[in-house]
Parts: sequence; structure tokens; C-alpha cells
Amino acid sequence: MRSRWGLSGLIVLLAFVALSAGACHKKVSPETRPLPPPPPPPVAAAPTKPPAPAEPVRVPAVVPPAPLVEDRVSSSSLDEINKNSPLKPVFFDYDSAEVSAEGQKTLDGNAEVLKKNASWVFTIEGHCDERGTAEYNLALGERRAVAARTYLVSLGILADRIRTVSYGKEFPFDPGHNEAAWAANRRDHFVVTQK
Amino acid sequence: MSRKTFLLATSLAAGCAALAISADAQAPASQQQQPPAVSITITGEPGALPRYAVPDFIALSNDSETVEAAKTIGQVLWDDLNFEREFDMIPRDTYASIPAARSLGGIPFDRWRELGADGLVIGTVQRQGDSLRVEVRLFGVKAGQSAFGREYTAAASNPRFFAHTVSDEIFQTQLALRGVARTKIAFVSDRDGIRLTGTVESRVVKEVYICDYDGATQRRLTVNRTLNINPTWSPNGRSIAFTSYIRGVPDIFIANIYQATPPENPLHGRGEENFLPVWSPDGTKLAFQSNRDGNAEIYVMNRDGSGIRRITNHPASDATPTFSPSGNQIAFTSDRSGSPQIYVVDTDGLNLRAMTHESYCDRPTWSPAPYNEIAYSARTGPGFDIKVLDIATGERRQLTFGEGSNESPGYSANGRHIAFSSTRTGKRQLYTIERTGKDLRQLTKLGNNQTPDWSK
Repeated sequence: MRSRWGLSGLIVLLAFVALSAGACHKKVSPETRPLPPPPPPPVAAAPTKPPAPAEPVRVPAVVPPAPLVEDRVSSSSLDEINKNSPLKPVFFDYDSAEVSAEGQKTLDGNAEVLKKNASWVFTIEGHCDERGTAEYNLALGERRAVAARTYLVSLGILADRIRTVSYGKEFPFDPGHNEAAWAANRRDHFVVTQK
Repeated sequence: MSRKTFLLATSLAAGCAALAISADAQAPASQQQQPPAVSITITGEPGALPRYAVPDFIALSNDSETVEAAKTIGQVLWDDLNFEREFDMIPRDTYASIPAARSLGGIPFDRWRELGADGLVIGTVQRQGDSLRVEVRLFGVKAGQSAFGREYTAAASNPRFFAHTVSDEIFQTQLALRGVARTKIAFVSDRDGIRLTGTVESRVVKEVYICDYDGATQRRLTVNRTLNINPTWSPNGRSIAFTSYIRGVPDIFIANIYQATPPENPLHGRGEENFLPVWSPDGTKLAFQSNRDGNAEIYVMNRDGSGIRRITNHPASDATPTFSPSGNQIAFTSDRSGSPQIYVVDTDGLNLRAMTHESYCDRPTWSPAPYNEIAYSARTGPGFDIKVLDIATGERRQLTFGEGSNESPGYSANGRHIAFSSTRTGKRQLYTIERTGKDLRQLTKLGNNQTPDWSK
């Protein structure tokens, strides 16, 4: 009895595996690798090619009609842009990841710059002062960077232009051990990585 | 027989010549000179620890390298045997005048008895090509009996490793205690002072280093000129997982330190931040912290990055995981109560409980068995101190007391010692201390050094 059920159960299972093998293909191999680029479509066959897959739905975003890039900025290198960055840092209270009213004003200004330079891709670095532990500060710095990203996205900056990175207390801007240094080190720092 | 051992040792060393540290991976080949059944435990006076003497080892070859090695082995062995404080080690200068024995029959036991030694370690060092052959005997001085006798053959390049091996074997045979002399500590240092390229303001890179348990032979492991943090040893001591910013966003890498292959990158992070990997006790899984679902949560993955499971789920930050010795619980830091505190959860995500209710606690590190305790950093004033929580009793004890800021505790494999970083001398340096709070030792002096992790 038991073996009969076992055998028929096995057959059913095998059939199920065979049927679902195609559908479950992705789950079999969890490791993801970039696929090679598709071959260019043959020119003659262009009119008959199948319709392109639907674009993924994106959140409609406010994109300025034409980027008003100043010549000076567009001709400078990333290093030069970041040296005199038009994106200003946002500072935080002790052990807080809340964007203050002043921080919001700074981000409003940054958003204007980012709308004028719509091709820029940038990183928000979250930094902490030395008074927290090295490990927990990684989480705090992450929250600080994400807080600024959330605010910028609410102003219409596309989320996929923004990368966030927490440096915890690993890279202080001011190496001092006093209130002024700590205040300077509790910040979101903006770096343009692509223009 | 000894020739065969020598060939084995050298061929192993040659096979791993890609990395200088590889020689350390191979224990000096040892062979017993007497049947293992003969087991003599050396005891001290009633109520006192056995008193041990370790005179200079005798160089049987006259070249300066052998003479130097003999000196080093004796001194390092004395230090190693002193570390567990299970022996009362007699200061070496008090017996410099006792003549060295050239043969086993020539040991002046009466002189050693007079000194009050219970145990006496006598050793010889002989050069054999690129190797050293080291013979060691431990005598019970009262009866003049040999309690331990072995010979070792290994590369001449690291005489300290002979001493570490002998020490671990003496602890094992005399006290059934797992010594830590052959364990290592991984950490992160900015000592090279190399500036990070591509940033406007000055940032100094931090690389992963390893050193012996006593701070000797400090070596750089990574050379990627970026920020690397929080290295942790795999249980088999052959891999180190760490967080690196080499691709801009922090991600987890695994360096197989005895292979000349690039580090593994199991998660292939695509923009999310993955931090703070720690190994499960069986070495098959890693727990880590990631914001892949929006905010910092604890996850567990297989070593190859497959089978990612989320352990925590809370809008607050859940950070800094550590496995229990059985591997079925994880302690971590969460600020869900408003401030960072230590929590414990089963690895199925159930049975969450708060372990601390202090002002600020972080970096829990679960002790190995048989101890059942969690070491952590706790705010005690302007800075942090190392504390230990006994899980069964809930009792807490403090190991440091406000000298600088003390962070990132990590247990030795036998659970008797804790490594941590401290700013007590200015820059951040590494220290070890006993789990009882005694015997503080400084390991590093160059640059800033942080986040020590002790090999298993």
C-alpha cells in the first residue's frame, strides 16, 4: 500500500517537475549574471520585428523640458564640479537622521541645481560624528542618506539618479574632537558621479 | 622518519608560497617521542598554580639564525604559557645562571627544585636546510620525569610558530585547555596613510590586516586602496569576510587568505548596502546587515550568496548581527525602542527579546561555548566601555572603566579573552583583556586600528 502510493506519488511529482520546469526556471538558478547584449536587429527585417516588450511602469516625474546647463558647469570635469559643489551638504542633530527645516532649505536648493542638470547622477553620503559606535553609525549614516533621498524624490528628483552610501564615522570631515568638529561631521555629503 | 616529515613540511610550504603568510597555515609537523598513554600532570603546591620555567632553547647549530631562533622560541613560549595564567611562570632572568643541559641525563634537577619550579621546558633547535628541527620536553621537576616530548620540523622563517604550537600542545595535554597561541586577529588599519583618490577632501584608506594573538607579525591582507571595515574569520581560519567600498557602495567580500585568488563577492550588490558579515558556527552561512528592502535589517545567506533569508522586519534599524554558538540564535543591535539596544532572536525570526535597557549598547558578540555570554560596547559617559552580559543570569560585568572610548569586542576561540579597540592612548588601538577584566595588553601602535576579530 505504502509503496504503491510512493510510486504513483513519485510519478505525479516527476510530471509536476517536468511541467513546471520552464515556469520555475528562475528559481533553479538564483545566481544572477548579466546577459550578453542582444544581437542588433537586421535592417531589412525591421518592419516585421515583433513589438517591443512593454516598458516597465515608471512613476511620472517632473523633468525639465531642456536642461539649462551653464557652459561653465558642462565643460568642467566631475572633480571640478565636486570641488566647488553646487550641491550643498545637509547637517544633522546628534544621533538624529531627521532633515531639519534648514536642511530642507538646503535640499530645496540642491533640487533646483539637479533639475537644471538633469543628466547628473549623484551619491548621497551619510556621515556621523565619532560619539557613536563604529558599527551602529553605519546604520545611522544610512538613515541620514536615505532621509535626504526621500526628500529629494518628493521634490521630483528621479530616485534612480540617486545612490546612497553610509560611511558611518569612518571619514570625518573635521578630525577634531569637539562640538564644532562633531557638528561638521554629522552630514549628508553630495558627490556627482556622472554628468 | 624525521627526514620524511621534513620533506612533507617543506613541500607544503612550497605549495603555498604564493602568500608569505602561508607558512603559518601549516603547523610544524610533530611526532611524539613517547607513547601517548604516559600522561603526567604537573601540579603545584596545594592551592597554588604549578610553577613553570622555560630557559633558552639550546641551539645545536652555530649559525646566527639558529641561535636567534632558539632565543626567540624560549621567550615566546614563556609568554604563550603565561597568557592563560594557569601556570605561575617564573621570570626568566632568575634562572639565567642555571647551566643549559646538553643531554637529557645532564639536567640539574636539584637546581630547578631549589628554584621552586614544578614544570621545566627544555628544548633544542637544529638547522636542517631551510627548516628547523625543534625538540621539546616538559619535565615534572619533583620526580625528574618527562611529561611531554615532541619534535617539530617546519620552515625556519617563523620560529615564533614553533613556540605557539608547543604552548597549545602543553595546554592541551596538561590542562585539556584549548590555547590561543596559534590564533590570529584580523582588524582594520589606516597606518599606511594612503589618500583615497577621487574625493575632494582628504580621506585615508583603511585596509584589512592580520596579526598573531599577541600582536606580533602584523601583515596587510587587502591592497585595494579604499575603505574596508569589519573583517571576520571563517570558523576554519582560511577565509575572512569583510565589508569593502571598492565599488562605491559597501558590499560583502570573502578573502580566501591562503589562495592567490581575488576575493569572492557573494551578493554582487547592485546599489543596496550590505555590511557587517559574520559566519555561522559551521561556516556554511553568513549573517549580515542590509538595506535591500529599504532600511537596515538582518539577513542570513549561504556562503555563496544564495538562499537569502530576512530575519528582522522593523522600520527601525536592525544592525550588527552575531550568531550564538549553536547557530540557532542571532543577537543584534536595534534602535526600535528609541536608542540602540541588544536583542536576541531565533534564526527563524521568532522569539525576539530585548537583552539590554541601557543608554546606548552596540556590537554584540556572542561568546563561544562553554561560556554563554554576550560582550558589547555600552555608553558609560562621553565614551563607551566593554561590558559582558551573562545570558543565563542576566548579570552584567564591566571590563573597561572610562579610559578612552572602548568598542568592538571580539572573543578568543576558548572564550577566555576579548579583543577590543580603545582610544585610551590617543589614537584608536587594539587591546586584549581576559573575560574577567584582568591582564590588559596592547597589540598595535601604528596609525588607527579598529574592529578586531579573533580567529576560531
